[in-house]
Formats: sequence, structure tokens, C-alpha cells
Amino acid sequence: MTTHPEIFRWRDWADPVRPVQREVLTSQPAGDELGHADRHKPPLLFVPGYGHGAWAFAENWLEHCATRGYSAYAMSLRGHGDSGSAPHTTLRAYAHDVVQVAARLPRQAVLIGHGVGALAVGRALARYPARAGVLVAPVFGGFGTAMAALLANPAGTIPAVFGGRLGLRRGQLFGRGLPANQAREYDKRVGPNRRAPLVPWQLLVTRRTERPVGDAPVLVVGSPDDKVVPRRSLQKVARRYGGAPLLFPGMGHDMMLDSRWREPVDAILDWLDKPHH
Amino acid sequence: MSYDSRRAGPAGSDGDAYPWRAAAPTERAHNVCVIGAGAAGLTAVKNLREYGFGVDCYERETGVGGAWNWRHDRSPVYASTHLISSKPFTQFPDFPMPDSWPDYPHHTQVLAYLERYFDHFGLRDHIWFGTEVTQVSPTQDGGFDVTISGARGGGSDRTQRYAAVVVANGHNWSPKLPSYEGMTDFQGEIIHSSQYKDAAQLRGKRVLVVGAGNTGCDIAVEAAQQATRCWHSSRRGYWYAPKYVYGRPADQINDLVYALRLPLRLRQFLFHRTLKRTVGDLTRFGLPEPDHKVYETHPIANSQLVYYLGHGSITPVPDVARFTRDSVEFTDGRVVQPELVILSTGYLPRFEFLAPELLNVDAEGRPRLNLHTFSPTHPSLAVAGLLQPDGGVFSLMHWQAVMIATWLQLRDQAPDKADRYWRRHRGETGLRFNKAKVKQSTRHWFEVSHVEYLRAVDKTLREMEAA
Repeated sequence: MTTHPEIFRWRDWADPVRPVQREVLTSQPAGDELGHADRHKPPLLFVPGYGHGAWAFAENWLEHCATRGYSAYAMSLRGHGDSGSAPHTTLRAYAHDVVQVAARLPRQAVLIGHGVGALAVGRALARYPARAGVLVAPVFGGFGTAMAALLANPAGTIPAVFGGRLGLRRGQLFGRGLPANQAREYDKRVGPNRRAPLVPWQLLVTRRTERPVGDAPVLVVGSPDDKVVPRRSLQKVARRYGGAPLLFPGMGHDMMLDSRWREPVDAILDWLDKPHH
Repeated sequence: MSYDSRRAGPAGSDGDAYPWRAAAPTERAHNVCVIGAGAAGLTAVKNLREYGFGVDCYERETGVGGAWNWRHDRSPVYASTHLISSKPFTQFPDFPMPDSWPDYPHHTQVLAYLERYFDHFGLRDHIWFGTEVTQVSPTQDGGFDVTISGARGGGSDRTQRYAAVVVANGHNWSPKLPSYEGMTDFQGEIIHSSQYKDAAQLRGKRVLVVGAGNTGCDIAVEAAQQATRCWHSSRRGYWYAPKYVYGRPADQINDLVYALRLPLRLRQFLFHRTLKRTVGDLTRFGLPEPDHKVYETHPIANSQLVYYLGHGSITPVPDVARFTRDSVEFTDGRVVQPELVILSTGYLPRFEFLAPELLNVDAEGRPRLNLHTFSPTHPSLAVAGLLQPDGGVFSLMHWQAVMIATWLQLRDQAPDKADRYWRRHRGETGLRFNKAKVKQSTRHWFEVSHVEYLRAVDKTLREMEAA
């Protein structure tokens, strides 16, 4: 038999995460205001990662999910996008933000996280019984990820070690297929994360994420040409959840902003359409 | 009575639309029956579903929320009811209350929360409203025949067979009424707190509130603001914990101390010291010195009672000795003349649809269950929510439901192992899950420390999972 989730959450009981205002964007399938949406299609909640806000998913994926009949939502973690920020922001606060938004959705949701957002989703899955979880180019931290970031962008990464902001370069995020002017425009929107000096350190020493509650199935999606997440990390994360990563060669880290954004999101929706949940 | 085809009765198979009309019990033999759709029932349905069980839940009212639904005639809530445990302890661990809600939500928010839980996890298809369970009797094969009828007298009885039954009928709806000498001759009005709904009932009256539980203290505080006089009768001195200490909800500070795994005596010392420093010496207000340590009675969380004592709007009095035609005499000989007496004397658990021996009921009428949950004689019978914890109860109900689901799954998947487990543990009834020596009273036999109880649940789950 499988083991039960952790019962004792002393930290959350005695020292709850500080609340913030959260930005949530949505795209609904046509006719949903009349209640025609497919009852069997769960709502989707997209969680962007470091430096990205809800806008990153509103750009292409939200609308596309809605046209395929899903209610799609995208949120901004605290310190990102139009969400508020609070002192002492940690990965625990990110996971808290995800569970808070998920529990406000009308029905049991699918959590889809990107980058550090995927780690927040991984932790949220251990708290909230999602219908399924999808980890897109997941940054689960550890030494390997840190070295990859250092090699690809030393100037952006080193300040974070000393509590400064973690910078991300265009070349790290986008594949070659994205037109240069588009990439420049997105790059301008990828902002620093406000007031979370602890998070990069936490990423370095991150603990193993707990098993999802309610046995939610988990899919890992990534690219072997991702400059942020090495292929080995993708495989490691997928193995943790008992599978192999679904790979899209040639794409950059920001798969949802890539010129080929349609391919991964269609693969995710196809996986969700299958009747295994 | 007409149903549409999708909801043709839980027994509705495709072939025969109304098999339950037949005299013989219809088969839901692989399903679990949950009785009641309050907080305990809802989390039982949700967690049993998550473990793959088919579930039929019967609810006598037309909505969810049980005691927390003020529309229900058995609901004990009054207009001003707020939670007495803060959000992190009250909420279900896998479905947090919104960040935008206060530390101590109002009862209408609690109901909204339960309704959201019901919708979010799609429980609607598993709950039968307006349906009352009148009889649960064990069958030869280890299951149960459950007899149900329309709660408002509509529809005929029908009986269905289930593999297991989870009783979640609540324990705060059947008033416990004390009897005092001369009570029947009293000309003023006497009501039980279950009939207290709104502060308007107190306006301009001389009011006596009997009982210093959380409800009694709440009503005394309202009487202090609305009534012309308020006497508050308690039979012993209590520890009145404020809702906030050191700028934080008191239960969060309490758990900080728990988390350090300090011994009970040290925790009691710290608690006493905190109360002495913040609330102060209550005997100054004429209250008796507590005759027990904290954790030895159900905690009272009320910051305002002491405030109004200090303003002279509440007069503390001891236990009632007798009633006369127009007055009430207390054990210290004092006599007062109230117009309205509110008995905040609590509730008693009741299980009318079950033979007492199924729940191992003792001479005093208390079910003696394993982990306050499992019947020691019928392995497929469980009670959910029959707990008086020193904190929020929803989280305990959740883990209780997980434990019931894990147990039923073990019985289903590995009957031999389940049998061995059962033989080893069935006798462990009447355990306390409370290191403190709890004072005798009619409800304190199921008073548990949330930490001790969850540790026992954790240990049980580990053992079942390893079996």
C-alpha cells in the first residue's frame, strides 16, 4: 500500500504563510458563461516560474486551451507580475500561492508549472489533491542546475549567490526559432523577482519533493536543448514521478513563448484527454 | 415522486429503474454508506472516493454543512458564531480557506467553505438529500442493511445493503438539559442555547447564562452588550484563553510550543504563565480559582469575557442551587431574578438508528470505540467526527476519513492481513489521546489533544500501510 501524506505541518500551523494579492488571468471556452463547458474537463492552472508572470501563459497557451474546451487560468507567484509581494518569500510561500489559487477554482484542477513554478507545483501537489500535474521544463534545483546557470550566464547568476537578483539571459530562455525582435520584447518583460533573496539558495539545497496526494498522475515535459534545465535533470524529475520526460528537441526553456509553442501544449492536452484520470 | 434518469436512486441500474421498490434489500454491496453530509460526512465521502470506493451519502437536510448550516433546524449556530480555532487548524489540510478570510472566520464563511469543498470535489453525485437513515443492521456477510426514508415523511422506506457504514451524524444537535429543583415552577423563560439565535432575544432583559463552555461565554458577552443585566453561572473556575497572545492567534503560539515537544508539565507552566501575564488574576473579578490545570478541560477561547467582567457588565455567579417562582438561588446563597435563563449546557451524542451494542456503548451511554472511530465488534462500521479536540476539528476529521479509507482498502485488498491487524487492535477501546487528566463531564470522554490524536492516527496509518 502507498504511504499517507505528512500529517504534521508544524510550520504551516504555527507560522502560516503571509497572505498577498494574487494576479490570476483566465480564458474560458466559448459558451462557458452558459454552463456549456465540458464537465469532464478539469480547469487548468498554469504557474509561471522565476521572473515570469501570468502574462507568459496568457500570450499563447491560455487561449489555445480554451479553444480545446478547457477553462484555463494563469497566476503570478508573489513578487511576480501583478501579484503582491511580501517579506520572507520562500519556496513554501510559492507552493502556498499555488494551493490557494487552485482551491478557489470551481472544480478540482490540473496544475501545470514551468521552471521554478514547476517546483512550486510539485510541492503544491503534495498538499492539494489535483486531478493531474504537469511539470514543464522543471527547475527542481540542486547543484547541477546551479552549475548550468553559472556556465550559461555567470553575470546573471553570481549576484543571486549574495542575495542579489537572479538574472536570466535571452539565450537561456528562448530557442533559435523565435524571431529576434520578439525575443527582445519578451526578454524585457521577464523581470527580476522582487524581495525573494532566499529562493536561489533554497534551490541549491532543495529537499526531495513529497509524493502527490490523491495519487495525481504527473507528466514531465521539456527540451533537450533547454539552456536552463539540463536533460539529465528532466530525466531525474520524471523518474521521481515514475515516468520519462516528453521531449521537444530544438525548443528553448520558455516553451510557452517559443515559435513552436503549439506542440508542447497540444501534447499536454492530448495527455489530459486520455481517460486515465 | 419523480427522478430524472441520471438520478434514478442510488440503486438505479440500467435495467430496472427502481429496484429499491422491491421488498428485498437492494445491493450496493461494494459501496460504502456515509450517514450525514456535515463536515465529517463530506470529508469521508471525498476521501473514500479518492481511495476508489463507491459512496452513497444520506443527508436528512436539503443542503450540506450539518451543524454549520444555520438553515438546518438542528444547527446550533447563532448569528454571531465565529470559529474559536484559527484557520490553519480548522481547515481541511488539502483545501485551505482563502487567505483573504480573517484568522477566525464567521459561521457563514464556514458554511461557504463546506459548500465549496462539496462543489470543488464533485461530491454532488454521491449525496442523497432529504433522506434520513432510520435503521442500520449488520448482515451475515459482514455488511450492513441500511434503511432510509424521506426526511419530511415523504416516500416509503427502502433498505439497501452496503459493504461498510461510516456514521457522521454529528454530536452537537441533541441538547443536554440539566434539571434543577423548582425549574418547572419558574415563571421566567428558560431556553437551551440551541434555541439562542440572535442577540435581539436578549435586548432589555435580565439574563442568566448557565455554563461556561465556549457557547456560554459567547452568549454572556452578547448579553453584556444587549441585556440590562447579565449573570454568568459556572460550576468551577476555568482558564479563559484569549484569542490572541503575543500578537498571534493563541492556538498558533500553542502549537509552536507543541512543536518543540516539550513535556506536558512544562507546557502547562508556560501556558499558565502566559495567561497570568496577559489575562491576569481572574479571582479579582469574583471568579473562582481554576481547580485544574490548563488542557484538563475543553479550552475556552474568549478574549471578551474578561473585558466585560472588568467593565462590570457581567456578574459571575456559581452553580445554580434551585429555581423558585421568580428567582434563582446559587450555591453560595445569592438570589437573583432573571427574566430569561439560557442553559448553555452542551449536547449529547445520539445514534438512534444503531443498536447500542454495535458501538460498544457502556453503562453511561458512551460508545467505546477504537481510536474514537472503529466499532470493536464490526470491522466495517466506523464513526467519523465524534471528537472534542483542543483545536479545529475539520483537520482531524480529514485524517480520520483517510484512516477509515485505508482500513477499508486493506480489508478489500488483503483480507488476511486486515484480519490479523483487527485481532491485534480491536480491543484497544476507550483510550484517551490526551496526556492531561481531563476533568469528568458528559462530553470529556471524547476530549482529545489534537497532537496526541493525530500521532495515534499517524501510527495506525503506518501500521496498516505496512501490513
